[in-house]
Amino acid sequence: MATTTPTRGAHTPPPGGSGVTSNGPSAWRTRLWRLDDKASPYAYIAPFFLIFGAFGLYPLLYTGWIALHRVEMTGLDQSEWVGWDNFAKILQDSEFWTAVTNTFVIGVISTVPQLLVALGLAHLLNYKLRASTFWRTVILTPYATSVATAALVFALVFRPDGGLLNWVLHFVGFGDTDWGDGEWTSKIAISVIVIWRWTGYNALIYLAAMQAVPTDLYEAASIDGATRWQQFRKVTIPSLRPTILFTIVISTIGSMQLFGEPLLLQGGTIGAVGGSEHQYETLSIYLFNYGWKLGHLGPAAAVAWAMLVLLLLIALINWIVGRFVRKSAA
Amino acid sequence: MTTTSPTKTVPDLAPAPLPASADKGGGRFKLGAGQHLKGGPFTYAALIVVGLGSVFPLYWTLVAASHDQQRVLDSPPPFLPGGRLWSNLQAAWDQAHLGKAIVNSFIVAGCITAATLFFCTLAGYAFAKMRFRGRGALMTAVIATLTIPPQLSVVPLFMMMADIGWGGQLESVIFPTLVGAFGVFFMRQYLLEALPYELIEAAKVDGATNIRIVWNVVLPAARPAMMVLGMLTFVQAWNDFFWPFLALNQDNPTLQVALGQLSASYTPDQSIVMAGALISALPLLLVFVVFGKQIVGGIMAGAVKG
Repeated sequence: MATTTPTRGAHTPPPGGSGVTSNGPSAWRTRLWRLDDKASPYAYIAPFFLIFGAFGLYPLLYTGWIALHRVEMTGLDQSEWVGWDNFAKILQDSEFWTAVTNTFVIGVISTVPQLLVALGLAHLLNYKLRASTFWRTVILTPYATSVATAALVFALVFRPDGGLLNWVLHFVGFGDTDWGDGEWTSKIAISVIVIWRWTGYNALIYLAAMQAVPTDLYEAASIDGATRWQQFRKVTIPSLRPTILFTIVISTIGSMQLFGEPLLLQGGTIGAVGGSEHQYETLSIYLFNYGWKLGHLGPAAAVAWAMLVLLLLIALINWIVGRFVRKSAA
Repeated sequence: MTTTSPTKTVPDLAPAPLPASADKGGGRFKLGAGQHLKGGPFTYAALIVVGLGSVFPLYWTLVAASHDQQRVLDSPPPFLPGGRLWSNLQAAWDQAHLGKAIVNSFIVAGCITAATLFFCTLAGYAFAKMRFRGRGALMTAVIATLTIPPQLSVVPLFMMMADIGWGGQLESVIFPTLVGAFGVFFMRQYLLEALPYELIEAAKVDGATNIRIVWNVVLPAARPAMMVLGMLTFVQAWNDFFWPFLALNQDNPTLQVALGQLSASYTPDQSIVMAGALISALPLLLVFVVFGKQIVGGIMAGAVKG
C-alpha cells in the first residue's frame, strides 16, 4: 500500500481527553474507534437496503403469495388459497395474450427507431458546434415533460376530429385517420410519444460514450483513408457497443412498463382497457384493469409474475445475442 | 484491495465523474471523438429540425391552453397563443383541485429529493471510499435492483399501504422512493474521482469520527454532484405517474394524478386539460431553463455504465 491508512486506535487520542490518566478510558476509547470504523460503512448503506427490502424485495416475494390466493379489492384483509387458478385464468384469457403481443410490438417499434435516431443525433452533437450546450438542453426538454403531459398533448395531436396531424396530412393527400382506433395507427401513436420523450436522453448517453473514444483511433483511421461514414461504422459503433447494449436493456425494461401513454391516448374508460378492441392494451394496463378496475388482485399479481418471466426471457435473448455479436466480432 | 490511489490533484469543482467506459480508452481528458471536426450546414439544419420537434409539443400545449376547445379543433388550427389562457387555467384549477395537487407534488418531490440526497451521498461515500467486507457484492446488488420494474410489486405494496394506514396518503408514494439505486451509483462514481483519500486520512489523524468526516469532508466535496442528483431526482419524483396513480385518489392527488383524472372525466374540454398540462409542466421547464446545463452534464456523467 502506498500510504498506510492511519488507524486511529494506534494514535494517541486527541488532547483534552485522557492525556496522562490511566489507560482504562483510552482502551475503551480505542474500542469505540474500532467499532466506529467497522460499523459506519454498514450504517451508511443500510438505508438503501432497508427501503429496498421493505418496499422492493418483500413486495416482490409477496406478489408470488398473492398470485396463489383470491384477494379482492373490496376486502383486502381476506384471502383464500386457490393454487394456480389465477395463472390459469390469465393464461386462458385471450386479452392477456393481446397485451403480451401489444407490449412486445410497441416495445420494438418504439425502441428501435428511438435508439437509431439517438445514435445519429449523438454523432451530430459530437461535432464542434456553436452553442453546443443549447442544443443538448433543447433535445432534453421532452425528458423533463411528464408522461401525463406528453400523452395528453399527443392525444390532441392524434385526434381524429380536428387533430393537428390529420390537418397536416391533408396537404399530402391523406384522408382523416382515426389514429386511436386503428390496430397499427394506435401503436404508432403510442410509439411516437415514447420516442419523443426518450430520444434526446439516449442521445446524450451515446454522446458521453462517444467523447470517451480516444482520438488516436480516429486519427489512425483517417490516415488509412477512412471516410467519415467508415469512421462512424468501424470506430464509433464498435467502441459504443457496451453502451448500446446498456440502452437496449434500459429501453426494453422501460417499454415493458408503458402505462401512462396508452391510458391517456384516448382517455376515459376506453383508455383503461387499452382501446375499444384492446388494440393498444399493454401488460401494465391489463394489470391495472384486473386489479384496480375489476378489483381482482390475485390475477393482477399473476400478471406481475408473468411480466417477470417475460423480462427474464428478454434478458436471456439479449445475453445470447450479445454473446453472438461479440463472437462474430472477434 | 486497490493500492494505487486514483487521485493526484483534485480541483474542487471541476471533476465531472467520468463515464466508466472512459477507463479503457487510455487518455482520460482527451477531446472527444469528432470534436476536432466542425459541424457543417447539414448538421445545423438537422439539429434545428430535431430541436423544433422537441419543443413544438410543449409550445402546442400553450397554444391549445389559450384558446377555447372549438378553436383548437378548427381547421386550420391556431398556431399563436390566444386570449383565453387565464380563464382556462382557472377552470382547470377548479375542476381538478389543482391547488392541493400542486402543494402535494411539492411535498412529495421535495421529501424524496432531500432524502435521496442525504442517503445516497452516505451510501455512495461508503461504496467509494470505505473498506468493508462484501463491498463489491453489495454494490452489484444495488445496481441489479435497477432492473426490477415497479409493476412487479404494486399489488402487495397497495395492500401493505392500506394495512399500515397509508392508503391514499402521500406517505405511500414518498417512502418507497426515498433512496434510489441510481443515486447511490451516481454519488459513488463522483466521489471516487472527486474525494482524495488524503483528506479523509488527515481528518482521521486529527481524531475525527466517521460521521464528522462525512459532515466536514464528504458533504462539501460532494456538493456539485448533489446539485445535479437533486435536480434529476426532483424531475423524476415530480413526473412519476404509475404508482401514484394507483396509490392516490381524487381527493388527495399529486399534479400528475390530477391531470390523469382530469382527462378521464366524461367529455373533458381539451383546452382545460391542456391548461392543466401546462401547469404541471411549467415548474420543471423553469428548472430546465435555469439549470439545463447542469442537468445535461449530470445525465452524461452518470448514465453511462459500460
